[in-house]
Amino acid sequence: MIANLALQSIENKQLKGAISIRDVVKIYDPKGLAVMAVDHCSLEIKPGEICMIVGPSGCGKTTLLNAIAGFHEISSGEILLDNKILCGPGQLKAEPGPDRVVVFQNGALFPWKTNIENVIFGPVMQGIMSRPIALEKARQMMADAGLIGIEDSYPGEISSGMRRRVEIVRALMNEPSVLLLDEPYRALDSLTKSVMHEALLQIYYKNKTTIFFITHDIDEAIFLGHKVIVMTTRPCKPKKIIEVDIPHPRDYSVLTSRRYRELIEETIDSVHEEAEKAFVAGEKEG
Amino acid sequence: MLARKRVNMAGNVIFFSSNAWRKNNIIRAAISISFFILFIEISARSLLLFGFKIPFFGDLPKPSDVVKVFTQVIFEPGYWYSWIASTWRVLGGFLIALLLGVPLALCLALNKVFRGIFFPVFEFIRPIPPLAWVPAAIIFWPTQELAIMFITFLGAFFTIVINTFGGALSIDLRFLQAARSLGATKLDIFRRIVLPACIPSIVVGATIGIGITWEVVVAAEMISGASKVGGNGAGLGHLIWSNYLGGNYEMIVVGMVSIGVAGYICSTAIRYTGSRFTSWEASK
Repeated sequence: MIANLALQSIENKQLKGAISIRDVVKIYDPKGLAVMAVDHCSLEIKPGEICMIVGPSGCGKTTLLNAIAGFHEISSGEILLDNKILCGPGQLKAEPGPDRVVVFQNGALFPWKTNIENVIFGPVMQGIMSRPIALEKARQMMADAGLIGIEDSYPGEISSGMRRRVEIVRALMNEPSVLLLDEPYRALDSLTKSVMHEALLQIYYKNKTTIFFITHDIDEAIFLGHKVIVMTTRPCKPKKIIEVDIPHPRDYSVLTSRRYRELIEETIDSVHEEAEKAFVAGEKEG
Repeated sequence: MLARKRVNMAGNVIFFSSNAWRKNNIIRAAISISFFILFIEISARSLLLFGFKIPFFGDLPKPSDVVKVFTQVIFEPGYWYSWIASTWRVLGGFLIALLLGVPLALCLALNKVFRGIFFPVFEFIRPIPPLAWVPAAIIFWPTQELAIMFITFLGAFFTIVINTFGGALSIDLRFLQAARSLGATKLDIFRRIVLPACIPSIVVGATIGIGITWEVVVAAEMISGASKVGGNGAGLGHLIWSNYLGGNYEMIVVGMVSIGVAGYICSTAIRYTGSRFTSWEASK
C-alpha cells in the first residue's frame, strides 16, 4: 500500500527542491569578538531527498537553516535553490518565503488560531487560494496526516505530537520546494517520537518534498534520511557524509535490521568525537 | 451487569462530590460572612451589651442600621445620580485610556525611533500619582467634570500602556518568522500576529486599569469638592465625603459598599469581555 503510494507520487510529482550550499561562512560579531559559526560549508542536497544534519548542540546547524530560511544573513558564500540564488554576494540575507517553510524546534503554531486556521494561513495570506478552497484542501491534507476531529480545536488543546504534525501540514500546504525542520521532535518522548517518524515518512511519500532535517539523534537520522551529514562542532562544516542505502519506503522493521545497526556504528564514532569537543568547549563558554 | 453498575456509581460519586464541593464552598462563604457581620453588630452594641466598648469595632455603625439606611436610600434618585456620575467618569476615562493607550503602546514596541523619543517622557510622567494631578487638572481643564475624567484617564492609561507594551515586546520571534516564511506581508503580520498576541496583555492591563480608575475617581471627587458640579451629580466619592462631614456614618458605609459593588461589576464585565477575545488562552 505504502509502496504503491510512494511510486505513484514519484511518477506524478515533478521533482524540485535542490539545495546547494557553496562555501558558506557565518561570523557572529556581537561584541567585537568574531565568533565563527559556519566555516566554509559546502553541501549538495538532491531534489526530493531527506537530508539529516547531525551535530552537537550549538554547533551552528540552526544558523545554516536560518540562512536558508532567510532569517539570518550569511557572511560569505552562496546558497542556491533549484539553481536560483537565495543569498550570496550582494544579497547576504535571503528573502523568507513559502517555498522554504520552517518547522520550529518548539513549534510555532499560532495559539490564537484554530488548527485548521493555522493550516490555511500560508495560502490565504499569499492570496493563492480562496478561504473555502484552502479549507477544503486543509481538511484533506489533515485527514491524510491522521489529523481528524481536531480541525476546530486550538493548538493548546492537542498533544505535542499532533501539534508537530499540524505544523508540518501547515508547511506542506504551501507546496514548498523544501521543508526545513529544526529538531522538531526534540521535546517529544521517545514513544511519541517513533510514531512521529513513521508519520513523517507517510507524509513525505505523498509529497516528496526535499527535507532539510536538523537533529542530534543518530537513530532518527539513520531511520529517516537518504543522507546523513555529520557536522563538526563550532565552527560547523560537514565532517562525514553517510549515504543511507536502506531502501524507502521504510517502516519500523528497519530498526532491527543489520544494515541499520551497521550504519549507526559507522556514524556514532564521528558524532561522539564532535560531541566531546563541544562538551569541552561548552565548559569554557558556558 | 455488575461492572456497569459500578461504573455508574463511580460516575455518580464523582458528579456528586464535585457538586457537593461547590455547595460546601458556598456554605462556607455564607457562614464566614454572616459571622463577620454578626461580630461587627455585637461590637457596635458592645457598650450597651457588656458595658464597655470594644476598641475600633465599637465605633463602627451598626450593620442593621446600615441595611435600614440602604433600603431607604435605594429609592432616592439622588443616590442613583451619584452612581451614574461616578460610573460615567470611570468609563469615560477608562475608554479614552484604552483607545489612546493601546496604539501608543504598539508604536512604542514596534518602532525603535518612536520609542527612543517618547519612552523617556512616558517613564518620567508615569510615576506621578494620578491624585497629584488633581490640582493641576482643576486649573487646566475648563470644567470640573473634565478634570475628574482626566484623573481617571491617567489612572488607567499608564497601566494599559505598560502592559500592552510589555506584551508586544515579548511576542515570540518564532511567530513572526513563521508568518514571514508563510508569506504574510508586514500589514498581515501586524493584524494577524501582533494584535492577537497582544490581546491577553491588553486584557490584563484593562482589568488592573479599571480597578485603579475606581480608586482614583473616589479620591478625585473628594478632593475636587464636588459642590461646583451640583448636589445631584457629585458621585459616590462625594457622597461618602459629604456624609462624613455631616456625621452620617451609616451613609459612609452605604457609599463604601456601593463602590465595592460598582468596582466588582466593572471588573467582571471586563474579564468577561476579555475572555471572549482570548478563548484560546484557556487551552494553553
